[in-house]
Amino acid sequence: MGDPTASTTELTGGAVGRRRFLTFLVAAPTLTLATTNLVPEEAAAAEAGLPGLPQPADIMDLGDVLILAGTPTAHLLTLEVTEDGEAHFELPRAEVGQGITTAVAMLVAEELDLPLAKVRVRLADARPELLMNQLTGGSNTIRSVYGPVRRTAAAARARLVAAAGVRWDLAPGRLVTRDGAVVAPDGRTATYGSLTSLAATLPLPGLTAKPKPESEHTLVGTPTSRIDARAMVTGAMRYTLDLDVAGARPTMVRRPPTINGTVRSVNNETEVRAMPGVIDLAVVPTGVAVMAETFGQALDAKDALDVTWNGGTVDSLSDADIRKRLRAAALPFAVPPLLTLHVDAEFDFAFVSHAPLETNCAIADVREDRAEIWAGLKSAIVAKQTIAAAIGLPEDRVTVHVRQSGGSFGRRLFFDGALEAAQISKAMAKPVKLMWSRIDDMRHGRARPATHHKIRATYALGRVLTYEHRVAAVETDLRHGLGEILTATAASLPVAGNLSFAQTVFLTTVKVPYDFGVVTELLNEVPLKMHTASWRSVYSANTRGAEEILVDELAKKMGKDPVAFRRTFLKTDRQRRVLDKVAAEGDWGRAMPAGFAQGVGFHDEYKSCTACLVEIDARDPDEPRVVRAVIAADVGRPINPRGLEAQLLGGLTDAISTTLRAGLHIDRGLPLEGSYSQFHYARQKDSPLDVRIFIMPAGGEPGGAGELGVPAAVGAIANAYARATGIRPRSFPINFDVDFTPFPR
Amino acid sequence: MPTYTFAVNGRTVTVDAPADMPLLWVLRDRLGVTGPKYGCGIDVCKACTSHLDGEAINPCVVAVSEAAGREVTTIEGLADGDVLHPVQEAWLEQDVAQCGYCQPGQIMAAVALLRKTANPTDAEIDAIQNVCRCGTYVRIREAIKRAAAKM
Ligand code: FES
Ligand code: FES
Repeated sequence: MGDPTASTTELTGGAVGRRRFLTFLVAAPTLTLATTNLVPEEAAAAEAGLPGLPQPADIMDLGDVLILAGTPTAHLLTLEVTEDGEAHFELPRAEVGQGITTAVAMLVAEELDLPLAKVRVRLADARPELLMNQLTGGSNTIRSVYGPVRRTAAAARARLVAAAGVRWDLAPGRLVTRDGAVVAPDGRTATYGSLTSLAATLPLPGLTAKPKPESEHTLVGTPTSRIDARAMVTGAMRYTLDLDVAGARPTMVRRPPTINGTVRSVNNETEVRAMPGVIDLAVVPTGVAVMAETFGQALDAKDALDVTWNGGTVDSLSDADIRKRLRAAALPFAVPPLLTLHVDAEFDFAFVSHAPLETNCAIADVREDRAEIWAGLKSAIVAKQTIAAAIGLPEDRVTVHVRQSGGSFGRRLFFDGALEAAQISKAMAKPVKLMWSRIDDMRHGRARPATHHKIRATYALGRVLTYEHRVAAVETDLRHGLGEILTATAASLPVAGNLSFAQTVFLTTVKVPYDFGVVTELLNEVPLKMHTASWRSVYSANTRGAEEILVDELAKKMGKDPVAFRRTFLKTDRQRRVLDKVAAEGDWGRAMPAGFAQGVGFHDEYKSCTACLVEIDARDPDEPRVVRAVIAADVGRPINPRGLEAQLLGGLTDAISTTLRAGLHIDRGLPLEGSYSQFHYARQKDSPLDVRIFIMPAGGEPGGAGELGVPAAVGAIANAYARATGIRPRSFPINFDVDFTPFPR
Repeated sequence: MPTYTFAVNGRTVTVDAPADMPLLWVLRDRLGVTGPKYGCGIDVCKACTSHLDGEAINPCVVAVSEAAGREVTTIEGLADGDVLHPVQEAWLEQDVAQCGYCQPGQIMAAVALLRKTANPTDAEIDAIQNVCRCGTYVRIREAIKRAAAKM
């Protein structure tokens, strides 16, 4: 095996004896491999050719931090080759629609020379031994598993080849693998299934295995359909609430009229217990839980509850107060505006619900001496630890199953649903199937925090001299394991001083891709006790989106075309190629009728970069529609271009929604919006008729892709809107009236 | 409690339920038919879209009593055994689904639309209200057109 400390172990779990299989548990990584390109000094040297001073995220971004934190456990991956010749891989991440199970299956299939249909990828239960390596976020999955998965599969392949060599008494070097079998020079073949038990038991000291060179990839890098697509189109896909867990009955929670309110008293418990179908009722820290025979009855019963509530944590706060606080919190600029040519702009972004289509939900079965949980969880280990503590069980008595879920966008970094289900199950002493109503999901769920932005750029003689961006944000809750990760990697971080976790995350995710002289971007947070979370990027969607708007305004002041301006100031040719691609394919500058316009945006993050060109129909500025979009992306090494296009399409739709119409109004401690009829996430009629996406050829290691698409599209859409209407947008979403009657609290 | 007899995906079922119980919960919680999804419960998101006698309905707001004596089809009943409906095939060809949660409803809405009009215009496709929070609309549109061409 390629790794001197590798060991072979059999998988536990009752499978031994029934069938024999091959499983590698590689005990430790080779530090050199895992840290390549990660040491700050080396990276800094590599980036030294950049014009302008590198920013922290140029040297080491949040994805690098996550990889570094996960490195000691990166090889704790379980790959099993079954006797029927399938490869079963356990992925310690959450699939939420981003297509990582497909991409990982492709990596395994490639390395094993096995048809993709023979690879199964399951989501691993929470595995505390993985320490910090079970967090799904920061566009990091492919970046973090690309090497380890390939090395694990390559080791498996080497063992299978060695086993065939022993069986045939031939040197392994003379054997090749093809289509799930080892092939001898004389044409004999042995399927992996027939070799797996021998391969599992052979003593193979000194066996080495290296992943294939990327030039030999035949599957990786080709457009591939999702491995779970058929289950999705036939209704066979089982999401959390589709599971049939013995005894787990439908349960819903009546929640307070303001965020974080608590129950003072339940005034009609007897009546509600007597309602049709009602099984049980319990007061928990978040409200009053009702269990019934069906969700419909649980919903009726929780609505019928008469509860007296204690106040919440932000009862007196509404949007106007929050905006005032944010404005006050934005740090001052360093450069005075006097005597210099400059552009100043301020932007505001509203709260935005994650609103995954599958509402917050979980199944919990808490017993005296053990507990079992099922939920979509992007930080499964922290979830397990927190739940164990909350229900008073040792961690190893709590099993946490990670379920594939119906969307996340950052939402499922938090496990409030799973925790609440466990608390209810404990209180009722029954298994619980918990579902949040849509209204509760929007009002008491998580949201992207509101932000305020001040940007100032100064320029002279065709050059940008200084560029300052001050971001004030309602605090983004990062308490899902990121704090531990940053602490553990503190010594390696490219930032110094007494920064908060949030400031560290900000500086390792946000950077200006342009050579704008002296650049400072600073974050200041306003801690409000609300339910916030990263929303398809931590800070970039707003921060970089606002910057792309300012870039257009700066270009105009300096008398340049937006594309030509960006071309001049981008730092690398790789970035320029992506911009050029959309300008050419999108026919930048073509004549448009009145009320229509093009707009462009660019973004660079997590070792990837993208440009977006849109055309907007804003003849009615209150009902604009993005009618066409062209996107180009360079992600270093695309694993599955079709999946990548899907991610960029999702990012574009998110940008259309949050730039034009979708946001939350906070009114006296609670969002007003309670459904998609009020929170205006895009529908088919808001989606462009023509979208073309170009993935640049592979040329390096995989970069991040999950969050990449949003900021450039935010900029492009806002810029197109400004050019079409003459209105410079400053507050987002642009059209944000309360055009509905809110649901009762 | 009254009982109601109707067909679900070709199978005759009889359920005891209050007349006003939404069909969605009868399907999911009583009959274990979990293809139709809850996304709002008030006829907004359309994740639950299914068919009643071939017409698109939203079972979160259709009372079980309305189904009596009629034929309910959910996503599970669309394929003919292993042979997928052309709309499902088109969905696979365009690799539409991301998280997949909205897709049973999207597909049932598309099938209903194609029953009404063999070659839907962009305006007719625009009129589909089903929310896809993953933003797969462009591929949905392509898949509908592809399915129309097949059928
Ligand atoms: S759940 Fe039926 S329309 Fe949303
Ligand atoms: S695919 Fe996720 S909501 Fe449509």
